[in-house]
Amino acid sequence: MKWYENKGEHSDVVLSTRVRLARNLKDYPFPARLSTAEKEKVNEAMRDIFLSAECGKNLSYTEMKTLSTFEAVSLAEKHLISPEFASDPRGRALLLSEDEDVSIMLCEEDHARIQVILPGLALKEGYEKASEYDRVLEEKAAVAFDKNLGYLTQCPTNLGTGMRASVMLHLPALAENRVISRLAATVAKLGLTLRSVYGNTSRSVGALFQLSNQVTLGISEEAAVQNLNAIALQIAEQETQARQALLKDDAFIDRIWRAYGILTSAHMISCDEFCDLLSLVRLGAAQGIVDLPLETLSRLLIEMQPATINVTQGESLSQRERDVIRAKSVKETLSRK
Amino acid sequence: MLCQNCSKREATTHIKRIVNGETTENHLCEECARKLGYDDFFDDFSLSIPNIFSSFFKDSAFALASSKTERCEKCSSTFDDIVRTGMVGCADCYEKFYDRLFPSIQRIHGRTKHVGRVPYTEVPDEKKQPQKKKELSTEEKIAKLQEDMQKAVECQNFEQAAVIRDEIKKLKGE
Repeated sequence: MKWYENKGEHSDVVLSTRVRLARNLKDYPFPARLSTAEKEKVNEAMRDIFLSAECGKNLSYTEMKTLSTFEAVSLAEKHLISPEFASDPRGRALLLSEDEDVSIMLCEEDHARIQVILPGLALKEGYEKASEYDRVLEEKAAVAFDKNLGYLTQCPTNLGTGMRASVMLHLPALAENRVISRLAATVAKLGLTLRSVYGNTSRSVGALFQLSNQVTLGISEEAAVQNLNAIALQIAEQETQARQALLKDDAFIDRIWRAYGILTSAHMISCDEFCDLLSLVRLGAAQGIVDLPLETLSRLLIEMQPATINVTQGESLSQRERDVIRAKSVKETLSRK
Repeated sequence: MLCQNCSKREATTHIKRIVNGETTENHLCEECARKLGYDDFFDDFSLSIPNIFSSFFKDSAFALASSKTERCEKCSSTFDDIVRTGMVGCADCYEKFYDRLFPSIQRIHGRTKHVGRVPYTEVPDEKKQPQKKKELSTEEKIAKLQEDMQKAVECQNFEQAAVIRDEIKKLKGE
């Protein structure tokens, strides 16, 4: 099931869960030391391994060079590949499941990055699913591993489990209270990282944040997942309490309805403005003020990203034209309910 | 105090990182701090990991001692290549340059011993099939049962001995 078309556990705060395993073949140098032709050889070997497995039946193989830039960036907007992977197609390929819950990036920073993305808070399920594909790989190929350093990766920051698990959190109330940087400092002490999903260094857009584990060596996958799960739940609890306090203020409820008003009547809207207003409407929907399903809002958030609009509506669209299409689609979707 | 990165300008930025109780401290000048991605730390908490990683190497006394001629046999990377790019060349590099990589790995993770999942192929053989006993042949089974029967008789546990005797008979096909 596509993560952005469904909701899961704790969807009022947690949009999605992602688990990614970094794996390398023992007999090849890491991607940075491979030529494009050698990378293609690795990709084909990986393709044959995964596609011949039972759990690989629903995967399809795509060489990144066959995609347009918009198509590649759209995959990154859906969080199925990394922006870095989308930025350079040479010697790279992707295995993607029909439901878009499993994506395996080939020759990104490592030979294989097995990723599972699910709606809501589902760290355990995500890890188990990623492990299934990990087992396929290790049964059929020699994986780079050292008994002291664990899985060997191109960047030493991923040594050990090679696992990066993350949850995408919607924290509008905590952002409103300006406690995000304090929160980030606190989770850093626990070996976790909190960063904004959209926006630049000066300002987060849409109050979406990604919480992920930083340390991969000396901690088991289970412990890392449990740790992340516990902290995510604590943050979700704090966010819920902050929301309840904010919603006692009529001025804040007014802001939610005004956001709804703009989204259902604007003629053109930029992506940043859309994300910020959608954040308020999502908060309203999660707290039962606005009657809209959360999965509709998740889907809208992804489908209204710039490159995704270009892919579905025409690659030649300018930013201005996109802004008009975005406003029209949002209006239609929200009034349809 | 001079900047630990360029050793030229006065250090004005003090960076303290605590990961898993392991504290690392860096004193950097404004320019190096910006170059290493620390200037926007308080805005979006992003750290440019490869940059910091390669800067950790540069701090390291091991980096200074690195010999330019020593190369990994498999991918022909030198330790300097790893320092420059912040990326390790291949699996063998970790073995070849283990001593020199070790301090940086320790600084990044706080720990240096993997405790998580181990690939199936790396699991020792005796653990792969926990106590899966070899199938005994009929003769071996009978020999073992006769031994058990003898013991039962010695303990005057005749009822059990009789049960075992029947079992032996069954095995012999009598």
